[in-house]
Parts: sequence; C-alpha cells; structure tokens
Amino acid sequence: MDKLEGKTVTVYIEGKPCQVKAEQNMLEACLSLGMDLPYFCWHPAMHSVGACRQCAVKQFKDENDKKGKIVMSCMTQAAEGMRISIKDPEAVKFRAGVIEWLMLNHPHDCPVCDEGGECHLQDMTVMTGHTYRRTRFKKRTHKNQYLGPFINHEMNRCIQCYRCVRFYNHYAGGRDFGVFGAHDNVYFGRHEDGVLESEFSGNLVEVCPTGVFTDRVFKKCYTRKWDLQTAPSICVHCSMGCNIIPGERYGNLRRIRNRYNGEVNGYFICDRGRYGFEFANSPGRIREPYLASGDVSSLAVEGPDGKNKKILAEGEVLPYLKTVIGGAKGIIGIGSPRASLEANYLLRKLAGPGNFCSGFSEAESGLMREMISILSGGPVRTPSLREAAMSDAVLVLGQDVPNTAPMLGLALRQAVRQKPMDRVLRELKIPHWNDYAVRDAMQEERGPLFMASVTGGRLDDIAAGVFHAAPDDIARIGFRVAQALSPNAPRAEGPFSAEALSFADRVAKGLKEAKRPLVVSGTGMGSLALLQAAANIAWALWEGNRNAALSLVAQECNSVGLALLGGTGINDAVRAVEEKRADTVIILENDVFDRLDLPGAEALLRARQVIVLDFLPTHTVNGLPKNHMVSVAGAAVVLPSAPFAEGSGTLVSSEGRAQRFYKVFSAGRAEESWRWLRDLMVDLGMPGSEALFSPDEVLSAMEREFPAMRGIVEAAPASDFRIDGMKVPRQPKRYSGRTAIRAAMDVHEPKPAEDADSPLSFSMEGYDGQPPSPLISRFWAPGWNSVQSVNKFQSEVGGPLRGGDPGRRLIEPSKVKQASYFTDIPGPFAPRGNEFFVVPLYHVFGSEKLSALSPGIGERVPSPYIALNTEDAKSKALSQGEEVRIDFGVVSFRLPVELDPLMPRGAAGFPFGLPGLHGVVLPAWGRISVPGAGAGGQAVE
Amino acid sequence: MNQTLKHLLIVFGVLGVMMSIAAGLIWVERRLLGFWQDRYGPNRVGPMGVLQPLADVIKILAKEDWVPPFADKPVFILAPAIIVITVLLSFAVVPFTPGIAIANLNIGVLYFLAMSSLGVYSVALAGWSSGNKYSLIGALRASAQMISYEVFMGLSLMGVVMLAGSFNLHEIVEAQRGLWFIVPQFLGFVVFLIAGVAETHRLPFDLPEAESELVAGFHSEYSGMKFGLFFVGEYLGITLISALITTFFFGGWLGPLLPPVVWFFIKTFLFVGFFILLRAALPRPRYDQLIRIGWKLMLPLALLNIVVTGGIILAAR
Amino acid sequence: MISILKALWTVFMHLFRRKVTVLYPEERPHIPPRWRGRIILSRDPDGGERCVACYLCAAACPVDCISLQAAEDEYGRRYPEFFRINFSRCIFCGYCEEACPTYAIQLTTDFEMSEYNRQNLVYEKEDLLISGTGKCPGYNFYKVAGLSIKGKRKGEGENELPPVDVKGLMP
Repeated sequence: MDKLEGKTVTVYIEGKPCQVKAEQNMLEACLSLGMDLPYFCWHPAMHSVGACRQCAVKQFKDENDKKGKIVMSCMTQAAEGMRISIKDPEAVKFRAGVIEWLMLNHPHDCPVCDEGGECHLQDMTVMTGHTYRRTRFKKRTHKNQYLGPFINHEMNRCIQCYRCVRFYNHYAGGRDFGVFGAHDNVYFGRHEDGVLESEFSGNLVEVCPTGVFTDRVFKKCYTRKWDLQTAPSICVHCSMGCNIIPGERYGNLRRIRNRYNGEVNGYFICDRGRYGFEFANSPGRIREPYLASGDVSSLAVEGPDGKNKKILAEGEVLPYLKTVIGGAKGIIGIGSPRASLEANYLLRKLAGPGNFCSGFSEAESGLMREMISILSGGPVRTPSLREAAMSDAVLVLGQDVPNTAPMLGLALRQAVRQKPMDRVLRELKIPHWNDYAVRDAMQEERGPLFMASVTGGRLDDIAAGVFHAAPDDIARIGFRVAQALSPNAPRAEGPFSAEALSFADRVAKGLKEAKRPLVVSGTGMGSLALLQAAANIAWALWEGNRNAALSLVAQECNSVGLALLGGTGINDAVRAVEEKRADTVIILENDVFDRLDLPGAEALLRARQVIVLDFLPTHTVNGLPKNHMVSVAGAAVVLPSAPFAEGSGTLVSSEGRAQRFYKVFSAGRAEESWRWLRDLMVDLGMPGSEALFSPDEVLSAMEREFPAMRGIVEAAPASDFRIDGMKVPRQPKRYSGRTAIRAAMDVHEPKPAEDADSPLSFSMEGYDGQPPSPLISRFWAPGWNSVQSVNKFQSEVGGPLRGGDPGRRLIEPSKVKQASYFTDIPGPFAPRGNEFFVVPLYHVFGSEKLSALSPGIGERVPSPYIALNTEDAKSKALSQGEEVRIDFGVVSFRLPVELDPLMPRGAAGFPFGLPGLHGVVLPAWGRISVPGAGAGGQAVE
Repeated sequence: MNQTLKHLLIVFGVLGVMMSIAAGLIWVERRLLGFWQDRYGPNRVGPMGVLQPLADVIKILAKEDWVPPFADKPVFILAPAIIVITVLLSFAVVPFTPGIAIANLNIGVLYFLAMSSLGVYSVALAGWSSGNKYSLIGALRASAQMISYEVFMGLSLMGVVMLAGSFNLHEIVEAQRGLWFIVPQFLGFVVFLIAGVAETHRLPFDLPEAESELVAGFHSEYSGMKFGLFFVGEYLGITLISALITTFFFGGWLGPLLPPVVWFFIKTFLFVGFFILLRAALPRPRYDQLIRIGWKLMLPLALLNIVVTGGIILAAR
Repeated sequence: MISILKALWTVFMHLFRRKVTVLYPEERPHIPPRWRGRIILSRDPDGGERCVACYLCAAACPVDCISLQAAEDEYGRRYPEFFRINFSRCIFCGYCEEACPTYAIQLTTDFEMSEYNRQNLVYEKEDLLISGTGKCPGYNFYKVAGLSIKGKRKGEGENELPPVDVKGLMP
C-alpha cells in the first residue's frame, strides 16, 4: 500500500471522471476537488474515524449499478474506477437525517454563542438543508466546567464528534481531559473543574465544530468574525514563526487565530501565541512620544508613575531628536531580536555598521553567530515544522522544546508516530488516515525520541530514552553520539557514566536506523558546546543519510534575522559608553536589563542621551526605582513604536524562513520603529535615506547589502501588488457599522485610512477572491464560514496553500562534501560545592516577556523559585518552599526552593524571564545561602 | 429722446416680463402637473405656493456651483448662457401688440428660425463639454432632433407666409384680421406645433434629457445657477413657441373687447398650458420613432401644405 | 392619433378630480402598526434587556449604521455595552428587525425625527431602549435558549430536561 504514495487514480463523481491521489480517502478527494461535502469528526490533521456519519455518499459498483450503497466517504479509500455520487437523493436525505439527530439536543442559542458566524455546525446544517426541529421531546442538558483562563465551556452545544479528545489527548498529548458518560449522555471535559494544563488547549476553539469550547479571552470583548479587521501576521512569542491572524475592532486587538501555513504551523498554534497578544492592549502602553529627562525647562505633565514627562507634540519630535543626535559625540544603536528586520536594519544604517549592536546578550550573540554558521555553513538542512513532524527518529539535545518552541514540541509528538505508522501501513495495510485503526494497531508503540535535558520536561512521557545532566555533560553525550555515528567525528574522551554510554549507544542506533532522523537543540541553555555537539551529530548522520535534519531553536521571534544582520556584542556598546566614545544610545524595542548584568545595564543607561523606541514601559524606559540595589534612570526620550499588530515588517524564524507580517490597524501616534528611524534619517539629511521610503525599498536595500538576505523581498508580494487593479481588503465583505462606529464622535465620516506600504487596504473594498498565500487575511469561502474553509485555500486538503505556503527560506545548507566537525569537546561538569551552576529553566507561560504581560497568560505564570536537586538540598538542609538567597555577585534574589530529583547535582534551575527576575545573564555561577536575620540580600522587586 | 426712452422701456419691459414669466412658469407647471396627477403641487411657500420660484432660486443659488475637473471649462460655462440668449433674442420680433414690439423686422420669420437654430449650440456644447458619455449622447440626440425638426418647422410656416405675403410678423398678424390662419393653415399649425415641442425638447420629445435612460443627458453635470439657466431657457422656449403659435395661427393680439395685450397673453398662456398638458399626458417615443415621424410624416405633410396652399393661392389669382 | 387626444382629454379632466394628497402637518395620516419608523430596543416580559448583542442587526444593515459591543454580566447574560444607530444613515428598511433573533430591535410608527443638527440623529442605547416589550409581548429568548443566566440555571429552560449526572451509572 505504501506503493500508492504519489499515484493518482481516476474516480467517477456524479459520473464525471476525476483524478485523485490514491492514498486519499474519498472525503479528502472530494474536498480537494473543491466539492462541498459535509463532515464533522474528520479533521485534516487528525484524519478519519467514521463516527459522525455526516459525509455519507452513494457508491456504485459500476456504471450499470443504479441502486448503489451508502458509504462513509471518509472511510473509503480512493480506488481506480470507483463511482460515487454526492448528490444522490438517498445520500442527501441520509445526511439531512444525521444533522437532524445531531441537532436534537442542541440548545439553539446561536445569538449568544461565540462560535456563531464561524460555526462548522451552522455551515453544515445549512449545507444539508435541515431547518426545523421536529422532535416533541425536551432537550438533554449538561453542566459546564471552569477550564481556566483560556477556554470557555458550554457543553449543551456538543454534537459528540470527539474531535476535542482526539486533538487534546491523542494529538497534543494532554492528560487532563477526556470523555465521560455513556449513550446520549456523553460528556467532554475534565474529571473536575480546573485549568486545562496543555499549552495547546486554545486549539479546542478551532477544533470544536460548534461552540462547546470558545475563546474565554475573546469573550470579554466579543466581536463576530465578520466584524474583525484582520491582516496576515506572524507570532512574536517564540522563534517558530507561526502564522497568525490577529483581529481588531474599535481600535483594540481582539483575538488571534491560527493562519494555516502548511510548512510551518499547519492547523494549530500554542496558547502563548493565541493568548499572548493582550500586552498590545495593556493600559501601560507607550502611546505618545515624550521626554522623561534632559534639558527641558518644564516637564509639565506628570506621568502615572509619578515621574515628570513632557509629551512631544506632532511637529516637535523630529526637530528635538535632530538636535540631540546632531549634537551627539557618538551614537550607539542597540537592536532587538523582537523588532522587525526593517527596524534593525535602519537602526544599523542610522548608527553606522560599526556602532550597531545586535542587542543580544554577549553570550547569545556568540551562540547566534555559531547557529547561523552551522546552518548555512554545514551540509545539513534545517527542517520546517511539517518536516520535523515527519521525522521518524528525534534527538533533543539540551533544549526545553515544549517551553521554548511549543509548536516544535507538538511536531515531535507527531514524529514519534511516524515509525509505527509506517509499520502499520506496511504490515497491516491500514492507511494513515484511518486514525482509530492506526492507533489500535500501534497501541503504545512509539518511534525513537530521545531527550537529553537538564531536568524533566513535557516530552519525557513519549520519549524512548531520557537523560538528565548539566549542559556540558549533555554536550559530551552529543559528541559521543556523533562519534558512534561516524568515524570522522572527533572522539569524546574522558569519563562517561555507564548510564550515559548506554544512552548514547541507544541514541546512535535509533538515529542510524531512521529514514528521516532529526536532531534538535538550541540556544536556550546558553551553551556553545551543545550547539556544536548537535551539529556534529547531524553532520555525522548526514554522512550516512542525506535526509538528516538539524533544527536549532533560537530564543526570540527575529533572533535569526538579527543574527544575519550581524552587529557588535553588547559589551562593546557598554565599553563605548564607558570610554566616552559615544554619548547617545538609541535602544530599539529592547530591555537591556535582560541582556546585561545589572552593572552593565547601569553603565549603558548612564549615557548622556538615551533614546528608546518601544511600546511597553520596560525597565530600560522607566529605569529602576529607588528601592533596588542600584537606582538607574531610564530613557530620556521615548518614542512609541508599534507592536506586531500595529505595524508591518519581516521576521526570520528558527527555520530561517523570512515571513512578512502586516499592520492590522493603526492606533494613535504609535508608528513602526523603522518609520521613526527613517524619518529621523531623512531629517538628519543622511545620504540614501530618501530611497528608503517604503518597506519594499528597505528590503531590497537590505538584500543588496547582505548576501545572506537574498530572496527576502520574495517573502511576500510587493506593496504595489494588485489583483485586477484591486487591493486585498482587510475587512470582510460583511463588515458592519462603518457609518456608526465613529458617529458618536462626529457624524461626518472620515475617509478610510490608506495603506501605501502593502497590497492590503483598510476597508472592505477590494479583491474578494483568494489572494496569494502571504496576503490571506482570513479564511472564508461561500458556505464555509468556519475555519474549516481553509480546505478551499489549499491546493489539496492538508497540503500547501494555493501558490505555495507563505515565507521564503533564507538559510539553506552549503554544498560541502565533508563537514568540518567541531572538536572543542568540553570536560565533564564539575560541581563546586558551595556555588551552583545556575541554568535557565523555561516556562511556556512566563519566560516570554510580552505574552507574560497578558492577563490571561499572567494567570498561568508560575511564581519564582529556585530548583535544586533533592540530594543537594538535603545536604544543605533545605526543604521544599524554604526561602533561600541566591547571590550572583552582581545581583541577588530571595526565592523559595523547589526540590527537583531530576536536576543534576551541583546545578540549580532559575526560571527564565519571570517578572522581577532580571539583571543577571544565565547560565552563571551563584552562591546559595539561607538568609539569616539581618542579612543584606534583597530580592529584586 | 422720447422715442429712445420708449424703446428702452419696451426692451427692458419685455425682458423683465419674460424672465418673470419663465420664473412663474416653474410654479405654474408644477401646480398644473400636480393637479393633473391628483395632487396639489407646491402649495407651501407663500399664498398658494406662488413664492415657490423664489425658494427655488434661493436654493439653486446656494448650491455648490460645481465644474467637474474633466469638463472643458470655458465651453461648459458658456453653454447654458447660449440658450437663454438665443431665446431672448427671438422675442425681439414677437409683436405683443401693434405698439409693443422690440423690432419690426421684415424678415421676422427668418430671424426667429435663425435664432432657434443657434439654440442647438447650447445643448450640443453643454453635452460635449461635460466630458460625460450620457451628456454626449444627449447632445448628439439633441442636435439630430433639432436639426431635423427645424427643416419642416420652417416649411410649415411657408403657408402662413404665402397667405400673408410677408415675412414680417406684424403683417402676418394683420393678415389674420378676417380669418385666423388656423383655419386655412390647419396642417401647417399641427406641424409647427409638433416641431415647436421638439425644438424646445419638451416632453414628449425630451429625448436629449431622458432622465430614465441618460440621467438628464446634456445637463447631467450641471448644478447651481448654470443648471438654473437651462431651466429658464426651457421655460422661455415654451413661452416663445406659444407666443409664435399665437402670432402665426391665432391672430396674435387680435380679439374683441379686451385690450390687445391681454388677448395676446390669454392665447399664449393657453398654449403654455397645452405644453404642460402634453407633458402630463404623453409618454416619450423611442428615438428612432421620433426621427421617423420627423422625416417620413412631418416633412411630407409640410411639403404637401406648401403645394396645396401655393396651388390654391395661384388658382385664386 | 385619437388615442393621443383621448389621453390629453383624460388627463385634462383630472384637473377637477378630488386630490389624494394628505396635507400632513394639519391632517394626521393613518400609520399602520407595521410601519417602519424610528427604531427602538425592547425589553423582556421580566424587564431585562432583550438585546443579546449578537451583532446580526449590524450585519444585516445595508448602510452599516448600527454598531454595538457585546458584554456579559456576572451570570453570563449578554447585553450590549453600547448600542448606536446613526439615523442620519438609516434607510428604515427593517432588515435589522428581521434579523433580530430575540425581537429586541423593532421599528415603530414614529417617523417625525427631523433634526437641524445631524449629530443629534446619532442615537445611543439610552435613546433606543424602551421600558416595554413592544411587539411580541410574551417572548423571552433565554426561556428557550440553552444558556444559564441569573434566575435560570442549566436545565430550567422551557424545553429542557434537568442536567445529566455524568458520573451516574444508570444505563
């Protein structure tokens, strides 16, 4: 049956011959051909179970067969010469009957249901023609559960399609959700009220064909799908570059929905991406340019934090900056991995290449440089998320994937199914789409996934082997695996524990046997050796298997793009300020307290003029208040930049995929950072600045300057792109209230905003067909109002979008014949007794700064702690929850102890990026002591 | 001196009276149309609504006087003036009474025909300069229609000229002392009436405007007082044709008891009313029908009229 | 030819007919109850706002003159946080009333809404909400829709069975 791969067969639908793929079922085939066939339990990512009976069609033996039989199209494999009919009256009646049964107990509360208007059940009911509930009996009801800050539960609406359990438990590996009850009392929920643990719970909103699971964050400011102004965007909460659709109404960002990209996120996004957007609506947002200190005689307006501020009026900003920068002795520009490429590039232009600092921490700067050279200098390809999910053996080396790159974690959950699925197909001839049969045949069998990490993680439950050690020891294991895979790889000498050796052997064997092996690592542990070890394994694998892939996870949404632009380390910037080579610092959407130790940040901010472009009041903007160990003044000039939904730009994901995000709406005086910088350059009369008027010009200038950026302009259509002379509208055809929204302010309607920067328009006028994939603002097709309409946008169901998936890969492997292995193998990790090697521990909710500011995500952020090995704690007589003082020399914290038996001895885990935990760059050695009475330690905040 | 004053008085008197009549007709037409459609028409402004034209003028003057950017500006501005000027000039030869007439031309009939031909320019230029396809179509229709109907408008008057033996309008009226020319020249009257309606492009022959198909045709793009001038021109045209029908066929100022000027205006207003009745009662023919009636029916009839009249006159001699 | 003269005569004779015009301000016309005049928002029989802020009226509006924002009280009952109709745009087509699933938005017989200032034609919820039920006096959406609100828990609707005990073992 695996011979079917890639073969096409001719089937006859309504007597007309159609070419379909042989490995498809007939439902997929019909939908791929653009036909309308109702379904519920089938989902393109989770395939068929044949439970809902909604996709019934008539199948005929041959052309003379007039009677036929009703079959479920989702359970029928396409075969040469097969004859089916969708329009057969009996099949039509059957499907209408099924809908009528499903609707028996449906509460008919569409007006107050958040799914209304984008409801698959509504669509299918209309499609089958059921209009009237004939039954005389009363409706069964259910009680609802509290499921946490993200998901609202309304169980009455359930039609028992089982998609939620299949996604949450089977696909995403959740354990705290299930199906209860029997016969017509089937109930989907938790065993008791409580927060849904999985970081993918938000996808239930899109997976559920009706309104059982709806978006609880969206509910607070509910708007119908047709009223949201939307534009294609890219998630900024990790480096995976998931495609999203933010929606705006009345000047507020309302919600994020998944935007299908077959190569990247497919049908799902994580909860950090879905619910992390609320920071953009936070009341603390910087919305006006202001002066916070400096030579202004009167700083009249008092800010909410008690500081004096002077709001700069429209015409004052640039002249003021011109005098500041014109009088500067030297400028340092500090870029940011969370700002767009355009903004970083223009900052580099403004400050000059020698004065542009990437804005990574010193260590990360080196790591990113190494990562780029491994991926573009080595022979192994970095896979897309879809390719990662197709891997049949995976080694995760030191990176906490589920917490730093949740969607890669989800992909790895699918990867462990590949090997057994291949076996089931080969031995039992069960096609992969026959989901329950495949799962029954697989039972608990899983493909090889090996986890080498500092401590336990959420993929350990499906791993074939787990190894916990300090980062250096993990790297050593990595080098050992490479050595086992290739004789060319350097030999890892020195002592290895028996456990480590057997783990390394199993890993090497697992990877070697695989057809599509994948090595995953990243910069999360701050260890160069880990990156090099991962590269060595991948290259060693590549010698025997050209399908080997290497996925390196960067920290932030544009880390890779920023690394491609280069720039000096941040310590150089500090030194320049200290040595008075520069007295003006321009900081772009960055908080230097995350990148520098406290003294370094203090030194940098002591520059004569600090100009910050940001949208949130970070410590860099406001400085540190007096009650800290040190008091630091913040920025002198603050310019409001635009967060992702209010600006456009290009981001490069860990895969090396450059993707454009587009402005969803404009709000107040916030402008894209690159535009502030461009205006400033024009005002300063810098040569060439006039030629950087549009994003297209910026991108092509960048492309000319950096060979590594070749092709970046192709990431999305240029701003003068038109279809039949028309722009692509950001508002749906049914957008309401145009003449009433602003009527309370002024009954005279203003002209709609114009967008010179993109092929998108801020109105509902424009091309109403399907735009090219990077410009898809929403998924909708006639008769398909729900997210299921994505079928109509794909060239085949579950495949790429029409015209190819969005984005342009910038990083491809080099065509070397022989990889040049890294030979710098670290020695074994040596604990230092009183000092602990403090490594960052990541939390999907909390470790990313922007999302942690969203109230919904905020509820899920853990409280700060310090994780210690149980034995270590015992030797220091520390118990769970006891407060200790951890002293990094430059800064110290008081934190409760969290006992972790899996933590390596001599190492401590420090939650990364939680609010208040800043001023130290990890990993670092720290001294742990029990704070006695009167000890001078002070927790930061 | 006294003579000059008298002439000036007549000139400005006629101008004033004609302009007032044109304004008043706005109200008269709307009231009459209202009545004929079982409505009241404008009855709110002033007693019986007689101040409606004043309100209209205020409104029309207060409107934005818009010249489209795609229009040929000088021509666009000139066009509405032409129609008013030509029609007003035609009044120069109309004998209101034996004493009241601006010019007593020997070739009065020809002068009137010449002036009405010049009127075509207004419509043609307005439509062309608007830079709008509907306006242009309207203008083309107007040109074709007016040129066609002018031909037998002139011919239809030849019977009258032959009977009177003069092109002078005074003499034509005087020639009717015994018998109004409506009796011997009934055919001529019918042809002239129809041609007059077509010449003023009034309903049912308002094909150049035809709001239902050409969105007001040649004056689509006009607003404010320029549009107002077209309006005034149209009403002046009606008055002129009515006055000429009176002069040519109904004995002009001739009549018993009442003073001549009263008789003239009674007769004229009867025809003005008739024009309005036409508008109230008749549907618009198709364009091809209009042209066919013109060339295939009216022209032979007019020629027949000339031949028969001429024959009879010759025979009578 | 004769027909044209007949037409002229017939129309001319209309001069003497009775006029059909109603001289409005002096003489009040009869307004049928289904007249499409000023729009109001009605209330439930129990006095709660009928509008559940479903946005269907706004979607149905051909001139897009309705805008609103949904909000929810602590018991889960939906209501419009604000509800605005720009009557200077409204064409009184009645589509909003047709679209309304809860009989909340209704068109009334009042048509005398002229204003000298266009801004005064923008009506907010306070201007729209009346204290009665308007048409359809008995209807209460929440009695028939399966959502719980204050005073109506799960399974207490008109057409509902009491909630299922999921942990029960009865077949």
